[in-house]
Amino acid sequence: MPIAFTPTSLPVRINEELCIANKGCTVCVDVCPLDVLAIDFDKGKAYMKFDECWYCMPCEKDCPTGAVTVDIPYLLR
Amino acid sequence: MLYRRLKRVRVDITNRLVATRLLTAADGSIAGAMAFDCRTADFHVIRAKTVILATGAAGRLGLPASGYLFGTYENPTNAGDGYSMAYHAGAELSGIECFQINPLIKDYNGPACAYVTGPLGGYTANNKGERFIECDYWSGQMMMEFYRELEGGNGPVFLKLNHLAEETIGTIENILHTNERPSRGRFHEGRGTDYRQQMVEMHISEIGLCSGHSASGVWVNEHAETTVPGLYAAGDLACVPHNYMLGAFVYGKIAGESAAAYCANTELAELDEAQVERERARVWAPLSRPDGLPPAQVEYKLRRLVNDYLQPPKVTRKMEIGLARFADIRADLEHLFARDPHELMRALEVHAIHDCAEMAARASLFRTESRWGLYHHRVDHPETNDEDWFVHVQLKKVDGEMQCFKRPIEPYIIDLNEHEKTAYQKMRIVKAESAQIQAQIKE
Repeated sequence: MPIAFTPTSLPVRINEELCIANKGCTVCVDVCPLDVLAIDFDKGKAYMKFDECWYCMPCEKDCPTGAVTVDIPYLLR
Repeated sequence: MLYRRLKRVRVDITNRLVATRLLTAADGSIAGAMAFDCRTADFHVIRAKTVILATGAAGRLGLPASGYLFGTYENPTNAGDGYSMAYHAGAELSGIECFQINPLIKDYNGPACAYVTGPLGGYTANNKGERFIECDYWSGQMMMEFYRELEGGNGPVFLKLNHLAEETIGTIENILHTNERPSRGRFHEGRGTDYRQQMVEMHISEIGLCSGHSASGVWVNEHAETTVPGLYAAGDLACVPHNYMLGAFVYGKIAGESAAAYCANTELAELDEAQVERERARVWAPLSRPDGLPPAQVEYKLRRLVNDYLQPPKVTRKMEIGLARFADIRADLEHLFARDPHELMRALEVHAIHDCAEMAARASLFRTESRWGLYHHRVDHPETNDEDWFVHVQLKKVDGEMQCFKRPIEPYIIDLNEHEKTAYQKMRIVKAESAQIQAQIKE
């Protein structure tokens, strides 16, 4: 069964200059109830891996360096 | 606070296990639960004398008008897994036909909270800025009046705050933009909505199952016992109508105490290897398929069908067609494929959503009357019929099939005055009457 990959605009943005995932931080990943954030180990930065966001904001609130911003998902905006 | 308490008493916490089925003993009592890790896909068998289900609402049942699968009213983590697990363990569910439908901020799909702003002077208004309901507290009849206004010439419906004083609006903003759904301020900002200037457009939510706000849940008695020995339930999932958060805490305590007492007098049941193997095969199947249907696509179609065929006003023929479409989707479940443990979680959630959709249709078809305003508004059975239907509608798995039956209502513990029994039906503000009262006041 052939499948396509359709790009979507993601609501969670990470400021890579501020993100300290390379120092072992995983706070945003740990607090997400939907488990949609992940760490890119090559870059040592967090990123939104799955477009399944409830825009509930613990990732933004608990980030120790203020690297995470939650936008309202485009379809709702 | 809860977290600190759990830490202090050294409760093991695991946050990334997705429970999929309960284990039962030969006599039908509880023997534990099965789960998989949504990061590694490891399969876990948890043997236990008792299980307390506290998995929340079935929040991913209907599709929000935005079309965004996770833009639900309920936390979308709660896909209805608990309803499905209780059902397959043989527990009775109750009031499933009493859907949850809420008045929400359009598109944002979070609570507009007219009832929170009520004590400060805010209210639900029509497009003329006028009140049309006596009470902003969420109920089926309130939703019926909301629906009528929304669909009628006075729609849409709004949250009105722009008549209030600056300091009052400041207080309201402080409450609404920091509690429950704190991103709401960001949403209003994006739309250029200021409570001082504009009313906030509201809309009707997708349907869900949630006893906390309606009555649809796993049947429990006053000890939080389900009909399966050793299985307890609390919170939005347990049929304790309109229990909200306070009720969840109270019933959580009751469930814990009841379960502890049960544990003290019960032996751990034997492990049924056949059950484990069956469930392991079901859970891992989507990972083993080289290709197939992506979970998000099947979920979208299933939930779009839920909207098309189950969203009230309920129509018998539509719900029958809905059941036929859900049967088609059941076949699709055998073709779900997942490329990683995260997608596996979504694939298994589609199974739970499918169970909830079928339960919602069957319970609704069984109750051939209308009750609770919009929650169970059947166009072809429009009257409330207390003679035949002042009962609970129960739903249970019997010989592998979904069966509905009646359970009598226990007598009121506190007697109600006659006039108190009709307040629910008098939700709409009657213009002529209010004019008459005004006239009397002047006299």
